[in-house]
Amino acid sequence: MFEAIVFLPLAGCLIAGLFGRQIGVGASQIITSGFLVLSAILSWVAFVSVALQGNAETVQVLTWIDSGSFEADWRLRVDTLTAVMLVVVTSVSSLVHIYSIGYMSHDPHQQRFFAYLSLFTFAMLMLVTSDNLIQLFFGWEGVGLASYLLIGFWYKKPSANAAAIKAFVVNRVGDFGLILGISAIYLTIGSVDYDTIFAAIPGLVGQNFHFLGTDFPIITTICLLLFMGAMGKSAQFLLHTWLPDAMEGPTPVSALIHAATMVTAGVFLVCRMSPIFEFSQDALLVVTVVGATTAFFAATVGLVQNDIKRVIAYSTCSQLGYMFAAAGVGAYEAAMFHLFTHAFFKALLFLGSGSVIHAMSDEQDMRNMGGLFKLIPVTWVMMLIGTIALTGFPLTAGYFSKDAIIEAAYAAHSPAHMYAFTLLVVAALFTSFYSWRLIFLTFHGESRASNEVLSHAHESPPSMMIPLVLLAVGALGAGAVFANLFIGHAETEFWAGAIFNADGNNILEEVHHVPAWVKFSPMVMMALGFVTAWFFYIKSPETPKTLAKDQDMLYKFLLNKWYIDELYDFIFVKPALWIGRLFWKEGDGRIIDGFGPNGIAARVLDVTRGLGRLQTGFVYHYAFAMLLGIAALTTYFMFAGAH
Amino acid sequence: MEIGLAHYLTVAAILFTLGIFGIFLNRKNVIIILMSIELMLLAVNINLVAFSTHLGDLTGQIFALLVLTVAAAEAAIGLAILVVYFRNRGSIAVEDINLMKG
Repeated sequence: MFEAIVFLPLAGCLIAGLFGRQIGVGASQIITSGFLVLSAILSWVAFVSVALQGNAETVQVLTWIDSGSFEADWRLRVDTLTAVMLVVVTSVSSLVHIYSIGYMSHDPHQQRFFAYLSLFTFAMLMLVTSDNLIQLFFGWEGVGLASYLLIGFWYKKPSANAAAIKAFVVNRVGDFGLILGISAIYLTIGSVDYDTIFAAIPGLVGQNFHFLGTDFPIITTICLLLFMGAMGKSAQFLLHTWLPDAMEGPTPVSALIHAATMVTAGVFLVCRMSPIFEFSQDALLVVTVVGATTAFFAATVGLVQNDIKRVIAYSTCSQLGYMFAAAGVGAYEAAMFHLFTHAFFKALLFLGSGSVIHAMSDEQDMRNMGGLFKLIPVTWVMMLIGTIALTGFPLTAGYFSKDAIIEAAYAAHSPAHMYAFTLLVVAALFTSFYSWRLIFLTFHGESRASNEVLSHAHESPPSMMIPLVLLAVGALGAGAVFANLFIGHAETEFWAGAIFNADGNNILEEVHHVPAWVKFSPMVMMALGFVTAWFFYIKSPETPKTLAKDQDMLYKFLLNKWYIDELYDFIFVKPALWIGRLFWKEGDGRIIDGFGPNGIAARVLDVTRGLGRLQTGFVYHYAFAMLLGIAALTTYFMFAGAH
Repeated sequence: MEIGLAHYLTVAAILFTLGIFGIFLNRKNVIIILMSIELMLLAVNINLVAFSTHLGDLTGQIFALLVLTVAAAEAAIGLAILVVYFRNRGSIAVEDINLMKG
């Protein structure tokens, strides 16, 4: 069964990718989507069996690498953590496949698109079912590749190509850390197998690497390196720049890869590695600070963006920050729970915005929308559900998971817990504001679209609406149904050791004892954000404009995303181009070519040209040369040859 | 004044030099080059005969006869080539004959 879950998407990818032309568009859609739906159903079966009934197992697929002392088998490790990810990945992926049938119906390369989607799903499943770090790395790079291919799917658009390359390059920075972390683990423990590593880690407490004359604590170093990989994949602060640009890809891709699954791989990694992270308070502190900073930073940028998909992209970035903050204070369960619920409502928001874009003839700028709720009422309702789930309206999915994270931040003993708590609460306010701003700008108020666009505006086909409805059910219900299992009283039996909590880490218990004002603060922030957004965009639409004018500096700072892209351009891109040009023009062109092939060729030409010039063609010149030769020979023989 | 070996050699040297200059300074006509070569051969002949007489050895004179024969044959062939050349290219001016220019 587990093999089928993982390899059905691969089969779909191969069939649609290699034979797509022969079997046609319809068959490709049905095969890839059908396989994925099958895989999703099996995943839920596996979830019930593994997570609810506690039958965690490991399936050997094949011996992969066996070289000396280095062993890496291809095994599917299915415990609760993996089962949760399986459910998230296959459910969202199958819904996105079905949605894409409608959304991509006008595209000439649909077979390729579906093949990539299935390839991505396979790689993601490989990542979450991995039993050793090498297998994880394979899946990790596989999703990176699929993400690259899908962001650049419309390869005729230069901006899409640039975004794809940017995503790939920024991820390389993180992956460099990840591979260093894996190497460090192999160096110290001599194995990449999860069970072996986790068993060996407690023995390494207090030991140091000796490197460059300084001592580095082993566990903290490993954790920080692994976390660097997680930061790249999960678009955390300073490595987040690729995520907003990745919105150049088709919207279903944004929903699947850049909201629900791939970007959460970093959170999954930290939770999977909890037996290591739990032994390094320093590393957890870094995780908390980075997570909280990202949550706050991305939320502030989301406040002023005008592209509907970019707002949601920054929202994703911010929510990922929440998850890391939770993991950093030791509440891995809460991080995974938020990952789980976030997948539903964020995929819903993305697919809903895709439906809006579809209706508006590919318009993405919210300034050209407005008043759409009469034209596309079902999409409006779906977006509303996604928004209340994201902002944490009571009893929706976000209410349980996000509030748990905020309370965990307050209850934690980490030195940075108040920093995290403050930023997360403020970010909750911003989240509410930008989410409602999106709704009001898009669906309410005066319409700012041209009449031609409005006359074409139509509700999306059923293949797009059904996934929205299913996701909406998840966004509303996933929190209430699963809260008790994930973070409630049943969590110990539910996780069954898949997540490790060090002795003294009772954060999930302490969450229940936080003061009442902490419990209510997210809700107050949500209401405050809603009222502010309502005032700004419904009651008095002039206020935001005057405010932007009054606070011009701040507004520009946020609109330009804290100028981080410009900063990177100045620090990394420009010098890299300069060095590249130096090596190209000076090093390669002038030195290697100059003294090498081109130089020799030029000298040969010079010599031959000189020799050629000697050949005047006039008989008397040749005769003169002969005469000189004879004279020289004679002279030689007379004076030297005689002896 | 008695005419000795030195005089013969001087005349021969002058003739030889004239021949060389004839080849190099002449820009007009290939026939002049042929004549210059003839002149140089004659200078060599004078040398041979002069030394032959001076040393009392007939080999030099016989050699001079051989050179005359070769010179005659060479002149015949050279002129024949010239005729054919003129027929083909319409000119025997030295300046025009530079097909071997590199």
